[in-house]
Order: sequence, then structure tokens, then C-alpha cells
Amino acid sequence: MKAGDVNSAATRGAWSEDRARAAVAPHAAVPGGLLPALHALQAEFGFVPKPAIALLAHEFNLSRAEVFGVASFYHDFRLDGPAGRHVLKLCRAEACQAVGAERIAAAAQAALKLGWSETSSDGAWTLEPAYCLGLCASGPSAMLNGEPVGRLDETKLAELIEQAGP
Amino acid sequence: MTVRARLSHDTASVALGGKAVARALREAGVEIVPVGSRGLFWLEPFVEVRTASGWQAFGPVAATDVAGILEAVRNAAPHALSLGRIEDHPFLKAQTRLTFARCGTVDPASLQDYETEGGLAGLKHAIEIGPKAIRDEILASGLRGRGGAGFPAGIKWNGAADAPGDVKYLVCNADEGDSGTYADRMLMEGDPFLLIEGMAIAAVATGATKGYIYIRSEYPIAIAAMRRAIAVARDKGLLGASVLGSAFAFDLEVRVGAGSYVCGEETALLESIEGRRGQVRAKPPLPVHSGLFGKPTVIHNVLTFAAAPTILTKGAGFYRDLGLGRSRGTMPIQLAGDIKHGGLFETPFGITLGELVNDIGGGTASGRPIRAVQVGGPLGAYFPPALFDTPFDYEAFTAKGGLIGHGGVVVFNDTVDMAHQARFAMEFCAVESCGKCTPCRIGSVRGMETIDKILKEPANAAQMALLRDLCDTMKSGSLCALGGFVPYPVLSAIDHFPEDFVAR
Repeated sequence: MKAGDVNSAATRGAWSEDRARAAVAPHAAVPGGLLPALHALQAEFGFVPKPAIALLAHEFNLSRAEVFGVASFYHDFRLDGPAGRHVLKLCRAEACQAVGAERIAAAAQAALKLGWSETSSDGAWTLEPAYCLGLCASGPSAMLNGEPVGRLDETKLAELIEQAGP
Repeated sequence: MTVRARLSHDTASVALGGKAVARALREAGVEIVPVGSRGLFWLEPFVEVRTASGWQAFGPVAATDVAGILEAVRNAAPHALSLGRIEDHPFLKAQTRLTFARCGTVDPASLQDYETEGGLAGLKHAIEIGPKAIRDEILASGLRGRGGAGFPAGIKWNGAADAPGDVKYLVCNADEGDSGTYADRMLMEGDPFLLIEGMAIAAVATGATKGYIYIRSEYPIAIAAMRRAIAVARDKGLLGASVLGSAFAFDLEVRVGAGSYVCGEETALLESIEGRRGQVRAKPPLPVHSGLFGKPTVIHNVLTFAAAPTILTKGAGFYRDLGLGRSRGTMPIQLAGDIKHGGLFETPFGITLGELVNDIGGGTASGRPIRAVQVGGPLGAYFPPALFDTPFDYEAFTAKGGLIGHGGVVVFNDTVDMAHQARFAMEFCAVESCGKCTPCRIGSVRGMETIDKILKEPANAAQMALLRDLCDTMKSGSLCALGGFVPYPVLSAIDHFPEDFVAR
């Protein structure tokens, strides 16, 4: 990826009030629009940047504490920075446990050298736990960069990581 | 002539390589009819090819199998992956598919397909007979909430209809967070118009003019399918200022969750739609009196709304005649975990747990003996094979210290460590607790610690008593089902598998 590419991780994560306003605008007048607005900000920046909290507070006529309270309540919203270039979500719920999810999780943690919800220092990978992806009859399951994966085993996991690239 | 093939676009199919199969089919010049899943997940990716003698099924299909399958179809020759006419498959034949009748046969984006296959008949009938008669039908059908609580749907509808006020809402709980459940996802991906029709019927019946479908963010394919279907429904006059040309107005909006399990709890879900932390509300007031934005609100699970069109089409009596005791109609049961034939099995209430996991499910996929079956998601009890004669029915499961919840059945083999599962239930509750009430917020953490002590200290009778006492407090003192139901997996694990709760 070239520097200056609009979609590069660095540009995407960098704060821009104009982009934030554009992301929030369609939701500001919608009843209960704060969650859709947070989703839109995260889609735009890869996370919910700190200045966005103040902007949302102003747009929704809430205190910053209230907005932060909402954003920090939900597991999906990232407040500390964007995820890695690749995001691997592994299901840890019961149906996947029954078919060896913990073994797969250990293999993933070893291969990526990451604990749960950690991002590698080179920004390549983020490993997230998921509690059910609705693939309970074809587990262990995962989601790699938004794409569902079923019937995971150690071999398939290694292939996925390999194929995902740097 | 172009060959036509149905290919499941369900998340499970995609997860198992469906996209590569689609590419291979397209490259071979096959016209793909995108459909949902038939729900036989051990056969995904699942393909049906149109032949002179009807649709012929194949599965599980890899991209490399496509050429051979097409060759076999051309020559009317046998193929190793051939399943024949899928309707004759014992897994489907043994079912009574009402809610899932169309899933896997129609293009989920085509309202025309939906109507050709019998869709919209219920809504048309509903508009003819009017609000009061619709509610009478729903009440007479005996339909109970499919999200887990099993509350009679007709009573909710009456409550909202009778509540004062011009603005009323419908909320569909599609925050299907229970492990072992996927029926809501499957329906939204495979037959979204059924949910739209069911909600439109409820809207006519209650006077609601706006509905929200709250879908968890873990379901991107379902979110896209639902949004697409709503756009089509608006375009064709099924939704909007005049539903199917009638005097009733109704519109729908999809809201996306953000990874919180407790938002599947109805009042937390309402808070979430309103743009707040997903913290549960104390009841009363009940949502039918003061729900979303303080207005009367009917909130149901996907499967409850989706049952309405069948009831209106076939009549309350037809629906009521199926089932057992006070559990009427069919339940889409989801077989999951270590099971040979995992998938969606819609059947009248009354089938036993043993029939489900052994006869229908074929036992474990691993070939190991079954040790425990968790029914009803992470807050459901673990049942040992000794309880396999329990019929699938709200009351029968309650009587045995369990619950049927949203119909998820997760099979564990003999390698499962039940103390570990009990600890996980507490850990999960601790992670997902909304924090509003003490028994859930603090109790779950103390529960984890107590189980840790039990597994460390040789003489643990006092800790065991403490854990039971804690479960009792959580059960009766929590504000909602998260803290209130966590004792089910924990206590059932202790009661049925005490040998696992020893120091190691």
C-alpha cells in the first residue's frame, strides 16, 4: 500500500473532523441514532477516535460522559485505535467448545503470538474472541476479515493465516 | 440449454467454501439461483441442480466436484455426492416445516418467488378480517414467544392494541446470541419476506406503524439480506403508507447491534435501539405499555413474528392441533456441537431430547459417547443421557430444571469437563453483565472464584454449599434472565455431574 493512499491504514485512522461530520450526519436526526453513528465512525476511521466523542456529544445533545459510556459499553467499538490489517475472530461459545474451539484458540494464539483482543506490534493481526457466529452446526467457527469460516482445524487455520498475507 | 442450480448463500455455506463453488458453477456456465439453506449443515455447501426429473441435490460440494456433478447430471449417471430429491431425505421428511417451508427453495431477494410459493396469503387475509379478528386468531393458536420466555403472543398483541396512544412500535429481537442457535439467522438469510409479512400482520393487528429489527453485528449476511428484502418490500408496496393497498401504514428499519449479549434481553435491546448502553430496565412497566421511546411496544423474537403468516393462512386450529400440552405449533430446533447431523429440525413440540440427538442427529460426529446436552443456549441446563426421555416442551423442561430457550441443542461428548463448563457460564455472565444489578454483576465473578476454589481445595463441601447459595441469590435476585438463568447451567452441572467438581 502506498503512502498517501486514501485507504491506507494510517490515513484511515487519522482524525478528520470533516470526515467525522459526514459519517455522523445521516444519523444525527434519527431517533436513537447514536449506535448507528458510532458504527459509521468506526467504519470510517477503523475505530472511534477521541475527538469524535465530543462531536457526538454536541450532535446528540448529550454529555461526553454519556457518549463515552455508550461507546465503551459495546464490545464492537474500538476506542484505542484501529484493529490490525487482518482481524481474526474466533468463536469461544459452547457449541464450538464442544468440537474443539479451545484447541483452535490455543493454536491461533501461538501462531499469531497474541492474546485475546491484542493487536500485533506491526499492525498485521488482531485476535478477537466471539461468542457465537451462528455457525453452531459447523464449528469450530471463525470470522476472518468479515468472512465466515467453518469446520476449522489446525491445518485450515495455518492456511488461512498464511493466505491472508502480511 | 442453460443448466440451473440452486446454491445456498447462507453464512454456513459461505463459511464452508460456498463462494468457490459459486465461481466453479459460473465458470461452467451454470445459472445460479441464490437461495437460503435447507438447514442440513453437514451437507453444506449444498447444491441442487435442475434436471429433467426435477431438482437433484448434492452435498457437501467442493469447487473441484462441480465438473463431475455436471457431467453426471448430463448423463443421468450416479455421483458419489448425489442425495437425490432432497425432500425425500429422512432428515427433512421427518420434519413439519411451517416457518422454514420455503427456506432453501426461494431466492431471498425475490418477492415474486415468495408470493408464488404461498407468501403474503396470511397478510392479505389479515387485512380482510381486521385487527380484532387477527388477535383472536393468534390467541386461539396458542402461539408462545419463541425467544425463550414462552409468553402467549396473543396477550402481548392485545395489550399493545388496548394501550392508549397513537404511536406504537414493533420490535423484532434478532439478537440471536445463544450458542447453538442459528434459526433466526437462517430465516433472515433464506426467507426474509416471511419475517416482514409476520411483522406487517402484527402491525395491522396492534396499530403499530413502525417496526425495528435489531440484528446482531455478528450476522453481516443476515443484515444485508434483511435490508435488501425491506427495500424490495417498500418498492412493491408491501411496506409503506399503504400496506398492500390497504388503509394500514407500516415501515421497517434494521438496527445493528454492537457485540453485546445482554442486548438480547428485551429491555436492554430497547435501550440499545434508543442509543444507550444496553442496560436492562426493571419491569413493570411492561414494554406493551411503555416500551420503545416510552410507547406501547410488541417485542418478539424472529420466529414468533414468522409464525404469524402460517397461523393466518392455515387458521388457528391447524396450528393449535400441533404440539404438546401448553406448547402449541412447531418449534424450529437447532442441533449443534458434536453432532453427526447438525442442522435445523422444525417439528411439533413433544419430540424427546433423545430422539433429537440420537435418532435425528445421529449421535456425535466424533463417534464418542454423548455425555451432556445443553439445551437453550449459555443459560440453559446441561442434561445427561438419563434425561433423554424429556419431551421438548416448555413445561416439561422446566420440571426437569432446564429450559428450551430459543431451541438450541448443543451436544458434548465424554471429553467435556463439566466443572469447566460451569465456570465458563459464570465467566460469560461476568463478561456480558450489563452491570445494573448486583447479583449478576458481582455474583458471576464470585461464582467463578468459588468454582476455582472448589477445583483447588480437597475438602470443598463448604464452597459447594456457598456456590449453591450464590446460585439461589442470582436466580431470585437478578433483574433479567442473564444473571437469573446462569444458575441453570451451573446447578445442572453440579447435580448431574458431581464427579467433576473435585480438586485436581
